[in-house]
Amino acid sequence: MSGCTAGVDVGSTQTKAVVLDGAGAIRGRALVETGANVFAAAERAFAQACAEAGVAEDEVLYLVGTGYGRYRVTFGHAQVTEISCHARGAAHLFPGTASVLDMGGQDTKAIRVAPGGTVLDFCMNDKCAAGTGRFLQSAAMALDIPLGELGTIALRAARPVRISTTCTVFAESEVLSWLSRGKKIEDILMGVHQGIANRSLALLRRVGIAPEVTFTGGVAKNPAMVELIARYVGMPLNVSDDAHFMGALGAALFARDHVASRQTPRARPKAAAVAESAAP
Amino acid sequence: MPEPGGEVVGRGLRQGGDLLRGWFAELTAAAERGEGAAYVFVMGSLVELLRSFDLPVVFPEINSLQTAVKRVAASHLNEAEELGYSPDICGYVKADVATQRRGGEHPMGRIPRPALAVLTTACNTYIKWGEIWERTYRVPVAVIDVPGSRRAGDAFAPGDGDFERDCFYVAGQLRELVRTCESVTGRRFDVDRLRENLAWSNAALAGWRRALAANRAAPAPFNALIDGTVYLGVLNGLRGTPAGAVFFSDLAEEMELKAASGLGTLHDELWRLLFVGVPCYPIFRRFNELFTERGGVFVGSTYLWFASGGAQAPFSYDLEDPLRGLATGLLLSVRAAVDSMLFHDRALDELLDGLRADGVVFHAVKSCRTTSAGLADGRRALLERREVASLLLESDMMDQRVVSEAQLKNRVDAFFEGLAARRAGALA
Repeated sequence: MSGCTAGVDVGSTQTKAVVLDGAGAIRGRALVETGANVFAAAERAFAQACAEAGVAEDEVLYLVGTGYGRYRVTFGHAQVTEISCHARGAAHLFPGTASVLDMGGQDTKAIRVAPGGTVLDFCMNDKCAAGTGRFLQSAAMALDIPLGELGTIALRAARPVRISTTCTVFAESEVLSWLSRGKKIEDILMGVHQGIANRSLALLRRVGIAPEVTFTGGVAKNPAMVELIARYVGMPLNVSDDAHFMGALGAALFARDHVASRQTPRARPKAAAVAESAAP
Repeated sequence: MPEPGGEVVGRGLRQGGDLLRGWFAELTAAAERGEGAAYVFVMGSLVELLRSFDLPVVFPEINSLQTAVKRVAASHLNEAEELGYSPDICGYVKADVATQRRGGEHPMGRIPRPALAVLTTACNTYIKWGEIWERTYRVPVAVIDVPGSRRAGDAFAPGDGDFERDCFYVAGQLRELVRTCESVTGRRFDVDRLRENLAWSNAALAGWRRALAANRAAPAPFNALIDGTVYLGVLNGLRGTPAGAVFFSDLAEEMELKAASGLGTLHDELWRLLFVGVPCYPIFRRFNELFTERGGVFVGSTYLWFASGGAQAPFSYDLEDPLRGLATGLLLSVRAAVDSMLFHDRALDELLDGLRADGVVFHAVKSCRTTSAGLADGRRALLERREVASLLLESDMMDQRVVSEAQLKNRVDAFFEGLAARRAGALA
């Protein structure tokens, strides 16, 4: 396979990698837990995505790192922020995208984009993980429910409670408080979802909501969140099966741009060699 | 004309540092002699009048920001919070509370205790801050009410009936302040000394405005965030003095020389940026590097406007009637200062056009509501009017606990990616 490019998105909780073929189609994906060793997670994700694509790592012409750990993707060629990458990926899969909401493990981003994915404006949650996936994770832990089932259960709610706290840490105690008052789990969970959706909506409003709205990030797999955000913005959302990989996809597309511009990439450092030189 | 690279280039920063150290040395000497000082604020300091009574002047705002720049603010904030001051109130106030409790100990020397405090209504916190000194030291606090400072400054000008009535009202308050100063110092008011001090300020302000105008050149001769803050310190602390007048005349000469010679503060100026708000003093230089390492230069800022007490406004004190001249100057400058905070979207039109800036960085800080409330609204208003790249950052001017360099860098990187994409799109 020729002309392959790749993107590696090192997020706060998970690291994603995507390999594109010469035509720009996704050939390989990988998702691993980031853990404490950011470099190792990036390398592992890249290797797995290459394996799924059936290409040798050496065949990847250009690799772009993104996410909070992008500067640790030292075996890549360049780094681009996840803000630009999510915008680029969203506009690639949904060319009509004007607004992007990315909800990840520790941050939520609202991005206003021009056609083609150029970032016009953005804002993110600051100093606080309320309104992000971590808030859901806290609720899941408090209720002892797998994270992947939260949305489905929440959709059964008839009388959602109101979660008043804006603190992820206190959310857990508030959930327990509602439980002790006999509230149904689905009603508590819908309250949690509504709290997060409201905070996300505030971010979207700060950059301006314009059709089409594309929802990216791991939380986009949660059906209750998709339904709530769509209701709040008053329009259906673009949600891809690859929503979780949107940052990595955007990074791979930036890599592809570079190759298409016919700039000769410098040799990509071998991951193993980088790891060796980085070792204490 | 001196050759570029000679004694002139870099003189402002060298001399500015020396003057600031000299000012603090004088304050330290006054403290050690047990003398009190006049405590004043950057918006409406009235130091020309206070200096005519030979009162040393202390700017608690400058003292407090110095504790952050010198990286000792954390212990000051903690000390004040242990006394019950909330984490959510002005960090400058809390750093000052701790400084006072430490007998004036400060990274720059020793701060004398207040003999009196003079403040304007430009900032709501000034009033509550003054009350702390009033109750702690039992000293007089003069609150000068400056009318019309929330009216976007475009309503009245000298000669208009309402302005003249406002001026009469302010001049009356200044006469009361004169009596307070006479009472505190035991000296008679000397109008000729006030006239002389105002003349020095006129010279300094003229030089300051020439220096600001020099940054229209590309590359910009000075960095409005880093260099500008040093100049601001001199403008406030040395206002109404011969040394201040000479400094700003020299500074204007230096900046005009650099502009004419194509000497920029950054060798490779790629992006001309504006800064709105109060600097991030806990990581003062690093914050700036997040931009300069990507070729971004702050060529202008609203901070240089409001923290100079509105000195960008084109006025000079009338020396014929010094007290009335001071009242007129106070009205005009405080209104200009407050306008640049509360109506920054208007100030930005002027800055964007005058300085040919590529983007605007808004910096909202947790512990100053006066400068931060409405930043997001102002930004939105600006973006609705004109096509310009902008970035909204949130951290603090004093409190390291709410400054996350990783988060800031992520946003700054994305901002530059957007700037580059815009430029590429424009060229395509």
